[in-house]
Amino acid sequence: MHTEAAAQGRLAHHFPDMKTQEHAARMGMWLFLSTEILLFAVLFTAYGLYRFLFPLGFEEASKLAHVTMGATNTVVLITSSLTVALAIHHARKGENRKVVGLLAITIAFGALFMVLKGFEYYHHFQDGQLPGRFYHYAGVTGPGVSMYFTVYFLMTGLHGLHVLIGMGLLTWVAVRAARGHFGPGYSTPVELSGLYWHLIDLIWIFLFPLLYLV
Amino acid sequence: MSPSPASSPVYNTPNYLNAEKGVRSWLTTLDHKRIGVIYLVLTLTGFFLGGVFALLLRLELLTPGPTIMDAMTYNRMFTLHGVIMIFLFMIPAIPGIFGNFFLPLMIGAQDVAFPRINLLSVYLYLLGAAIAVWGMIHGGTDTGWTFYTPYSTTTVTTVAPVLLGAFILGMGSIVTGLNFIVTIHTLRAPGVTWMRLPLFAWAMYATSVIQVLATPVLGMTLLLVAVERVFGFGIFDPARGGDPVLFQHLFWFYSHPAVYIMILPAMGIVSEVVQTFARKNMFGYKAVAFSSLGIAFVGFFVWGHHLFTSGQSTFASGVFGVLSMFVGLFTAIKVFNWTATMYQGAIQVSASFVYFLGFLYFLVFGGLTGIALSTVSLDVHWQDTYFVVAHFHFIMVGGTIMSFLAGLHYWWPKMFGRMYSERWALAASVLVILGFNATFIPQFLLGNMGMPRRYYSYPQQFQSLNVASTAGATLLAFGFGIILTYLIASLVKGRAAGPNPWRSRGYEWNTPSPPGVENFPGTPVYDHGPHEYHEPVAGEVTRAH
Amino acid sequence: MNLLNDFLRDLLFLPVQASDWARHLDFLHYFVFVASMLGGWATLATGLVFVLRYQRRRGEDEQSTPIVNPKPIHEAVFIGLPLVLFLTWFAIGYPQYVELQTPPKGAIDVYVQGKKWMWKFAYPGGPNSTDVLRVPAGRPVRMLLTSRDVIHSFFVPALRFKQDALPGRYTQAWFNANVPGRYPIFCAEYCGLGHSSMLGELVVMPAEEWDAWMEQQRRGSQPVAQDGRPIPAEEVDLRGSLIEQGQRIAGVQGCFKCHTVDGTQHIGPTWRDLFGRTVKLESGKTVVADEAYLTRSMMEPNAEVVAGYKPVMPTYQGKLSAPDAAAISEFIKSLRTDAPTAEPQKGPIYVPVTGK
Repeated sequence: MHTEAAAQGRLAHHFPDMKTQEHAARMGMWLFLSTEILLFAVLFTAYGLYRFLFPLGFEEASKLAHVTMGATNTVVLITSSLTVALAIHHARKGENRKVVGLLAITIAFGALFMVLKGFEYYHHFQDGQLPGRFYHYAGVTGPGVSMYFTVYFLMTGLHGLHVLIGMGLLTWVAVRAARGHFGPGYSTPVELSGLYWHLIDLIWIFLFPLLYLV
Repeated sequence: MSPSPASSPVYNTPNYLNAEKGVRSWLTTLDHKRIGVIYLVLTLTGFFLGGVFALLLRLELLTPGPTIMDAMTYNRMFTLHGVIMIFLFMIPAIPGIFGNFFLPLMIGAQDVAFPRINLLSVYLYLLGAAIAVWGMIHGGTDTGWTFYTPYSTTTVTTVAPVLLGAFILGMGSIVTGLNFIVTIHTLRAPGVTWMRLPLFAWAMYATSVIQVLATPVLGMTLLLVAVERVFGFGIFDPARGGDPVLFQHLFWFYSHPAVYIMILPAMGIVSEVVQTFARKNMFGYKAVAFSSLGIAFVGFFVWGHHLFTSGQSTFASGVFGVLSMFVGLFTAIKVFNWTATMYQGAIQVSASFVYFLGFLYFLVFGGLTGIALSTVSLDVHWQDTYFVVAHFHFIMVGGTIMSFLAGLHYWWPKMFGRMYSERWALAASVLVILGFNATFIPQFLLGNMGMPRRYYSYPQQFQSLNVASTAGATLLAFGFGIILTYLIASLVKGRAAGPNPWRSRGYEWNTPSPPGVENFPGTPVYDHGPHEYHEPVAGEVTRAH
Repeated sequence: MNLLNDFLRDLLFLPVQASDWARHLDFLHYFVFVASMLGGWATLATGLVFVLRYQRRRGEDEQSTPIVNPKPIHEAVFIGLPLVLFLTWFAIGYPQYVELQTPPKGAIDVYVQGKKWMWKFAYPGGPNSTDVLRVPAGRPVRMLLTSRDVIHSFFVPALRFKQDALPGRYTQAWFNANVPGRYPIFCAEYCGLGHSSMLGELVVMPAEEWDAWMEQQRRGSQPVAQDGRPIPAEEVDLRGSLIEQGQRIAGVQGCFKCHTVDGTQHIGPTWRDLFGRTVKLESGKTVVADEAYLTRSMMEPNAEVVAGYKPVMPTYQGKLSAPDAAAISEFIKSLRTDAPTAEPQKGPIYVPVTGK
């Protein structure tokens, strides 16, 4: 198995064997994911501080978030994590056609997420529920309300950007699967991009209650 | 007498420098050794640029009023000095140069774990540096490297490109750290157990952990400032409900661990240098290795000591103050161990070793002034004065740069296969150490007197100490100039170094000088640790001539 | 003892010690300095001895050396000694810092506003001034600092006193200067072009002199020139004490539409006897209505609403400058029924300084 991979020229010259190379790739991915978590941690910190300073403002403003769309998006993302996990499972077995299909569904869910998000943003724009000094919704005013929307757009915006990046990654992996690259000795790209997708899902699972539900 | 390059025995055999020729081969190289050399050229350019600005600042401070520039230019210049020194030299230099070059050699590997990502880090450095420097020069950024809000969110000078440049530089830093962690975990040759890992590798490991965990926080924080400037959302601006002190907390959460990114690799170099030139195994290897991890860990919890006068609660100040003491403790442990390593050693006082001694002196006193600042009450007087400036320059220049020079003089023969003039090197080392003392000891006293930082003009009573400091800076600059000269001269007419001019038993010396493209002719297997000098070793490489 | 203090103070280039706290701080400084010199040089000297003693034998590039490992006693000393020393320093310094942040009761309040690039001072019931602050010797003075624009930092080296002035917030610290004299004030947080020219002067006067001066200010028996630089034309209405200013501003800003001063229930809580009272909030928490709470209520009124009242108060962020808010706070303070009624009926007359 491993010699097969080596014969395909995948073993880099500085790694003693495929197993070590894959272990290294996985470790690198986990380290990268930790940097993403810390990136978002800054925004969560800002959220925490301003929520503490403006409890009433945040409470009132968060009622303006579209809970139904948010909840739907949560289901969409969690389901997409399932499909990507299944893709990894089949990649390990070398069933590349199923991998392509499952990844396509995952990407479609990602697109659906972005579409729903787009609707939410559109409604907020229409009503004047914008960040900082652009906020002009007359229905809810007071200190902290515009800050809520600053934090809301920054957090969901950064998250949305990561969803798009994830979709791009999965597309590239799907193309490789279509070419039959993956099998029992080699499925690392599927696993690593799957990990990235899971992180995106995980971040949303924290975002959703904090921004929509409390 | 000195051999010409063409017939030099150094470059007759193919090595990583001459195996592939042409600019293209350098721009697309995946060889960690070439990448190390590229970082050497790039970071030293940054260092000299930052140094020029420092000298200009010191010239301006010769008189209480305007001397050679106006206030706006001065403010722009200290911003340039700080941003360039920290982001273009202090953070990337030792990891980029010596980490890249020597980490694989030290663990018996053929390359780092991700060579392509290594090359990416070089381009991230270039792009980030270009954008940041262009932004500062073109737009006259005057915020200082700390970008405190709301000054940085409201100043009319250019800020956003500099923040973007810093963000990109940070990505390069993260990627380097990630690479090194995976390299150390997965590519150690058989026999290189964790407890035989060279101390420089331990230091790089601890540094890399900080790079990976802390840098994203800075990146996001600077991005938020840029967003606030461009869109006016009001994240840190109190006029729009924001909290300016939040910026300080987020900024220092990275920037304090960042100073450990700057000093830990230097401590690693010093561990290698003292073992080689005292020809003795490190006293307390485990303590030195684990104290590096200790510094990295505790270093994450002390950022609030930059906020003692910011109005934060006394409780917070107390916690941060006490924890800061513990970080100092880990450094003290290392100082004792380095000193004790010389006991019953066989010392050769080379230029590299002189820099080690200078490092020790500067770290002891620079470090103790840091502990003094952590007593909290003393910081009330010293905060934002020249005392703090002197403290961090003692550690960053007196510590990191002395160690950088020690490493450069130690590893130069290995990297380039040439010896430099030891006499000139010793002379320059004395000049640099003296010049450094003359520059910064007056600044401790200026801080005691109460002279604040970032002051373009100052009351008359501060002048004599300022003049003394400028004189020292000139001496220091002169010393650096001498070093640059003889090092470049060595590339042209230095004698061949041979594989092991220092007779060191560090693992990286088991290669030719300069090393070949392939680090080792196979996978090396080790049955002993590095720097064990208690008995003769069979097959040890003999002197070149 | 005094001789040693003076000697070390001169050696270290420290300024005069204009307060007891400064002197105590300097004692810690001396302790840290001497211990650091002794410990540091002892370590380095040991290293130097090793360098001289253990030189490599000539011609013996392969000289062997023993592997020496630390014994437990080494570890104990290397870790224990510095740790005990460092923690001792902390045990002395931290309480000093807490003391700085804990003003005693009865301290004289001074409102400080930093702005690019000058310091403005105001006493409750007293005059305003720019760049020059007069305080009585031997009496505690509490500084309530804020900024009009960016972060500044109020620094008096002679008192070893420093506190950041933040926009949108009040910070506080106190001192008790007991040596009369004139001491420089610096701004210690970079704030732009005029950062190094944002200088001030602290004038510590013997207590009786200061009392007399303050009395003059309040009575206005003679026209008093403003200390320091003239204030630009944008600053209007220097007449009246801070309390009267506060009453005037409150009227102009429409506060009395919802707040009464005589105890009557209305849309907002009455201001009579409000200051210093413990109030219960809508959220169930209780707070003391101090300057910080009052200021917060003006800037973020719906953050801490008093129980039983609706959150209908608009924010005055951007409408009330920091001195205005301070003036209103002083006015509310004066509405305590247990407060002494010896306020002057008429404020002093201020003649704006003409020319430089």
